[in-house]
Amino acid sequence: MSAFLVANIAPIMFVGLIVFLLIGFPVSFALAALGLSFGLLGIQLGLLNEALFQALPERIFGIMANDTLLAVPFFTFMGLILERSGMAEDLLDTIGQLFGPIRGGLAYAVVFVGALLAATTGVVAASVISMGLISLPIMLRYGYDRRLATGVIAASGTLAQIIPPSLVLIVLADQLGRSVGDMYAGAIFPGLVLTALYALYVLGVTLIYPKAAPALPPEARPLRGWKLMGRVLFVLIPPLALIFLVLGTIFIGVATPTEGGAMGATGALILALINRRLTFSLMRQAMNSTAKLTTFVVFILVGSTVFSLTFRGVNGDIWIEHLLTSLPGGQVGFLIVVNLLTFFLAFFLDFFELAFIIVPLLGPVADKLGIDLIWFGVLLGVNMQTSFMHPPFGYALFYLRSVAPAKEYMDKILRKPIQGVTTGQIYWGAVPFVVIQVIMVGIVIGFPGLVTGNIEKLKFDPSKVKIEVPQETPEEQKQDEAPPNFGAPQPGAAPAEKSEAAPADDLQNAFGAPKK
Amino acid sequence: MKALLALSRAIDFVNEHIGRLVYWCVLIMVLVSAANATSRYALNLASNAWLELQWYLFAVVFLLCSGYTLLHNEHIRIDVVSSRFSRQTQIWIDVFGILLFLLPMSLFIMWLSWPIFMNAWRSGEISGSAGGLIRWPVRLLVPVGFFLLSIQGLSELIKRVAYLQGLIPDPVEQHKDPGLDLMLEVGKEENK
Repeated sequence: MSAFLVANIAPIMFVGLIVFLLIGFPVSFALAALGLSFGLLGIQLGLLNEALFQALPERIFGIMANDTLLAVPFFTFMGLILERSGMAEDLLDTIGQLFGPIRGGLAYAVVFVGALLAATTGVVAASVISMGLISLPIMLRYGYDRRLATGVIAASGTLAQIIPPSLVLIVLADQLGRSVGDMYAGAIFPGLVLTALYALYVLGVTLIYPKAAPALPPEARPLRGWKLMGRVLFVLIPPLALIFLVLGTIFIGVATPTEGGAMGATGALILALINRRLTFSLMRQAMNSTAKLTTFVVFILVGSTVFSLTFRGVNGDIWIEHLLTSLPGGQVGFLIVVNLLTFFLAFFLDFFELAFIIVPLLGPVADKLGIDLIWFGVLLGVNMQTSFMHPPFGYALFYLRSVAPAKEYMDKILRKPIQGVTTGQIYWGAVPFVVIQVIMVGIVIGFPGLVTGNIEKLKFDPSKVKIEVPQETPEEQKQDEAPPNFGAPQPGAAPAEKSEAAPADDLQNAFGAPKK
Repeated sequence: MKALLALSRAIDFVNEHIGRLVYWCVLIMVLVSAANATSRYALNLASNAWLELQWYLFAVVFLLCSGYTLLHNEHIRIDVVSSRFSRQTQIWIDVFGILLFLLPMSLFIMWLSWPIFMNAWRSGEISGSAGGLIRWPVRLLVPVGFFLLSIQGLSELIKRVAYLQGLIPDPVEQHKDPGLDLMLEVGKEENK
């Protein structure tokens, strides 16, 4: 019995993980408890050093002092405030009128606004809820196909996952030990290509089934000509200003992604204040939700840290590595298996769980196979985006369901009853977009230059900015280097952010875990 | 059981109020961090103390809200399989989970992290960066956070056992505030 345990403790632990996650106890506690109990078992069996858990408080302290993770509450808070700031309403209303005269116009507007919202905040819920509340009733009113309408809203909302400043990319960068700035730079082009693919799909639908996405009748478009153009320019100011505040400051090297998040959150507060939407209760709701989200996210990380401490101690990482490197086809075989795995796990895990549990196991193997980790991260990011769209558990679909009319209702403008949207329609609407997502994964694998090419270019950018103001050059550079805690304002210079992988290996060596 | 339920109510009260107080740190954290970035860029001023304050506040939020988040049942679960179980079964899973997972885990981490705090307290450990903050308050956060988590675990255990005995209504339903939590609650509601 105990000989069997000793030989197979890592696989047993892995199976235990799956079982305990599926019975529905909170993920973080199940992970931590599993790590501790197998750790104690391992010590009993003589597999692990008794001092194994002495390292634990230091690991938790490392999570507390992690500058990158600070961005999680910042972007969440920003998204929640922005959702109520009125920006999305204004954008959808005017952009909808701008594209209104053409077939599928509202759908294009949703894709476009989805991408704009994605570039200002990293939160899916905010985008999907705003667009579901504002655009869906108009689309239903003018006879859009329900599946197209719901699908395009849910999918465009998930763009927030892949277009910087996205939370997924932050977490992936942290787990893969790369700088967030690099990850952002790598994700920009794939994000834009994906947006274009969504628009292309809408175009395809309007060509094949013109009735699925009719143009808006003139009475739905009160603004015309110059007045409309002026209005369009005006509503574009807030999102563009926020994009500059967040992404601009990150890319020109003024702020770290964490500070960019804080700047964006402050900007969102100011915007809500100007639009007179900032109430005391909104603030409290946003802080409350942010605090709880931050807590459960960080606790998953604490749990997975405890788990991986033991799992690595019993050479589980080596077991996984053997499994994955013995695959036929080398790099390509590995990528195919990893993507299939992620795609199927995304049906029932959400991206935080994927990023904290799966990625730490895969990252080192990818690195060993000579795969660029930024490219790998963006690839996983595009893939994990599907976890929001998979029926029946995709979060974007939940959010949309919660704001879409379920029962027949009276339309105020047309004065005639409109049928509710069924859950089945929302699910089927998401399917074509999941397919597009798979195509996009293929594109990223086929054209790595889409990701990596962009990083090189942006690396060059900060220096260009500095050359234009030669007098300040030395000072500014000092500024960038002086404070030790800033992480990496410039993509590429990121020793501070190298996290999990290396210390874990040291630990393993230090504790002298027996090798087979 | 009556005494235990009173204890559970007291714990809920404590964690509810700690949570409501602590979530203000989110706003403070945003403002501090934005001010740090601005002052560094505009005034060329950077202070390690203010920079460290950012993650001190971050640690305050996630550690001190751990009990609060448990009270509101928002530590994320995978409910693909478990949503098919009966309510009774789900409650039993929670009872065993709290007894076998949550309580031993949080007590163990408390026990591990306490000496580290004592050490920092006695030695007056200070951050390695120039002008950095003193360390013992953040070292203290770990045992305190896991203490709040374990007493909340105890309270949840009491409530679930009382529910199984038919003494109180479903505890999870009671502490839900659907209007309040767009991001999380909305999805869960629809899941049912």
